[in-house]
Amino acid sequence: MPVFDSVTDPASPASAVSTAAVIEIPASASCFEIEGLSLAYGDTPALENLTLRVPRQRVTAFIGPSGCGKTTLLRALNRLHDLNDEVRRQGHIHLEGQEIHAPEVEVAELRRRVGMVFQTPNPFPMSIYENVAFGLRLQAPLKKRQRDEMIEWALRSAALWDEVKDRLHDSAWSLSGGQQQRLVIARTLAVEPEVLLLDEPASALDPISTLKIEELIRSLKSRLTLILVTHNMQQAARVSDYTAFLHAGELVEYAATDALFTNPRLAQTENYITGRMV
Amino acid sequence: MIARWGRRLRIPRGEGAGPWLAAGCVSLSLLMVVALLVLLAGRGLVYFWPTEIELVTLDDGQHFAGHAIRDEPPPRGQLGVSQRLYHTGNRDLHGEVWRWVDIERIASQARPADLVVVERNRWGDFIGRVAGLQEQGRDLALSEAERWPTVRQRLERVVRLREESDALREQVVEPLAKRLAEGRWRDSNDRESLAAELEAANARVLAVQDAMSRDALVLESVNGRRVVQPLQGVYRILRPNAMSGFDKFMAWGRDVWRFLSEGPRAANAAGGVWPAIFGTMLMVMLMSVAVTPFGVLAAVYLNEIAPQGRLTRLVRIGVRNLAGVPSIVYGVFGLGVFVYGIGGTLDEWFFHDRLPSPTFGTGGLLWASLTLALLTLPVVIVATEEGLARIPDAQREGALALGATRAETLRRVVLPMAVPAMLTGVILAIARAAGEVAPLMLVGVAKLAPQVPVDGEFPFLHLERKFMHLGYHILDVGFYSGDIEAAMPLVYATALLLVLVILVLNLTAIFLRHHVKARHGALQR
Ligand SMILES: Nc1ncnc2c1ncn2[C@@H]1O[C@H](COP(=O)(O)OP(=O)(O)OP(=O)(O)O)[C@@H](O)[C@H]1O
Ligand SMILES: [Mg+2]
Repeated sequence: MPVFDSVTDPASPASAVSTAAVIEIPASASCFEIEGLSLAYGDTPALENLTLRVPRQRVTAFIGPSGCGKTTLLRALNRLHDLNDEVRRQGHIHLEGQEIHAPEVEVAELRRRVGMVFQTPNPFPMSIYENVAFGLRLQAPLKKRQRDEMIEWALRSAALWDEVKDRLHDSAWSLSGGQQQRLVIARTLAVEPEVLLLDEPASALDPISTLKIEELIRSLKSRLTLILVTHNMQQAARVSDYTAFLHAGELVEYAATDALFTNPRLAQTENYITGRMV
Repeated sequence: MIARWGRRLRIPRGEGAGPWLAAGCVSLSLLMVVALLVLLAGRGLVYFWPTEIELVTLDDGQHFAGHAIRDEPPPRGQLGVSQRLYHTGNRDLHGEVWRWVDIERIASQARPADLVVVERNRWGDFIGRVAGLQEQGRDLALSEAERWPTVRQRLERVVRLREESDALREQVVEPLAKRLAEGRWRDSNDRESLAAELEAANARVLAVQDAMSRDALVLESVNGRRVVQPLQGVYRILRPNAMSGFDKFMAWGRDVWRFLSEGPRAANAAGGVWPAIFGTMLMVMLMSVAVTPFGVLAAVYLNEIAPQGRLTRLVRIGVRNLAGVPSIVYGVFGLGVFVYGIGGTLDEWFFHDRLPSPTFGTGGLLWASLTLALLTLPVVIVATEEGLARIPDAQREGALALGATRAETLRRVVLPMAVPAMLTGVILAIARAAGEVAPLMLVGVAKLAPQVPVDGEFPFLHLERKFMHLGYHILDVGFYSGDIEAAMPLVYATALLLVLVILVLNLTAIFLRHHVKARHGALQR
């Protein structure tokens, strides 16, 4: 497998670029523009020279084997890596044309615009209501009625309202795992982000909850840009418009989802999506 | 049998002696704690029980009356006889209140109902009989049957008068005298009327005191020696041999209450310990108030803000080791830095007119609390840090991802979740601080503090005052009082009280922690 070797060999990044098959999204239609992004935890590289554009108001899926850097990439998009002194980064990320690392960018505001749902649900130890209100309370104070409306809207958007409307003041930790995951999504939606980063939102869920989340993703597409990390090929095929396949910190293939799943350009991609490389 | 105990104690079977050893150690420690409490409670609380008075006749025809305290066998391996210790009171008659008697020499014992024990302001207890009552120096003609009820009635009158005179002095005389001394009058007329008022009040106090000194008891020892005891110097008269179990219980309750609520008398050898209870509690509370914000902020800085480099690790190790520094060292530090350094400077700046007598430049409540706060700071820091470290990063990132700044994340997510850990730190700090005596001796505890540090006078809480402390009180009563036999029960009672005070303070903090946990929902689930 000569292609495989050349792509994974970190000593020859030039060959990796030349072998990658990356779709060009026009700059005007893209939300994130990532250019030459490399990232390392201390001396361990996690992302190498990624260049891709994420289209606005579409669902883009990131797939790839465990440890290939999907979470690392998502966390780079809302600068969560800032907290870790060990992380070293090169390259640029533009959000709507604005470099997110520019000194004039306020990181808290950036993170509000780029919401993130983590791999494991992390509701706060507060009531369901307070969890959703958390982000709202950080902003300009709202009247209680307005806030209540926002919270209902966010919970409805996350398809959780009917299950919790009678127990809004119960502890969020008393919810099931799937409900917690949807609560975290509602909490993120409540601050009206432009982008939603979803890190395997359905990894711990039963098929019905998974289905609910997938429906949710499709319905959100009309108002925001979604980036979805998933290990589930069917899920990526079902909900995403574009799919990027990462391997060992490098972008291997990035294409429209239909094209990537029905007709992968690289053998490495085909091996992964058909499960032969596991 | 063993198997049944094993099941009941949930000790796993077939794992050898290990689990049994562990369970044994737990039982042993529990047993020791219980034994300690039982010892303290037994020795301390029995002290207040009105024991009966024995009238002892010796083989040579001598009598005396007293409380039997304990028997002591002859020293091991030596010939001799067992001896019994009696508390006989009447220091004014015999110069001695204890008497050892060879048990063999006791010819007979009786408990006549008319024997009394009189608690007096001087010379300690009197044990004997009431022979008569005097009014203005003249004997009252009373029949046997009238005598005891009259004595009780007259004593109640004195108690009422004493309360009246104390109230007059505190509420009328002292404020007026103070106003005059400080020159707070409007004009000379006002001043004169104030002075007249003061004079009138003083006259009233004198009149009340005069009324108090009207009556006197004629007391007679069992040997027939008489003393005249002014009734105003009497705190209590009991006839323990004539009391029913219920009467004794009531008397016991009253005495326990007096012990808890009154100040000490006779150089701490008698009376109550209220100022010491109050001082201990207040000092510990001030200490908690001082140590909590510092400890929490330090822990937050170390765990949440400081870069986790080698320096931070070094500081952390340093803090942990600080917890092991002997407390007396903190006392020396407090004396040097707080009392002489800061206190001396404060005196120079703000209390210059009172120098050379120091205000803050001497030990006091504030410096003692701060010294103990320093002593317990590492405990609070370590406990809080552990609590902070237990909070998953996912919680912090969740808040940040919603657009919270680091400060908002800290305030709204991290700190609330760490409150139980902080309170655990405070609980540990209280446990460590409440029992410390050594450093306090350097920075402000007093053998006898005439005024408690809180009163109705501005600024109400007097941080510069010296205060009493139960731990130091134990030391003082136990080691520096002349009469060790009399002091021992007080030592036990005070020790029990110290344990109870610490328990109450700790339970308060534990209750608070439970409350906080409950409010934060199923946080710890
Ligand atoms: N905080 C960290 N410190 C050091 N190395 C890290 C850290 N986080 C991730 N890594 C390393 O970076 C690489 C990429 O990790 P990442 O979490 O991005 O993988 P992933 O694609 O999300 O995997 P998964 O599908 O299992 O979630 C891995 O080799 C991982 O060991
Ligand atoms: Mg991941």
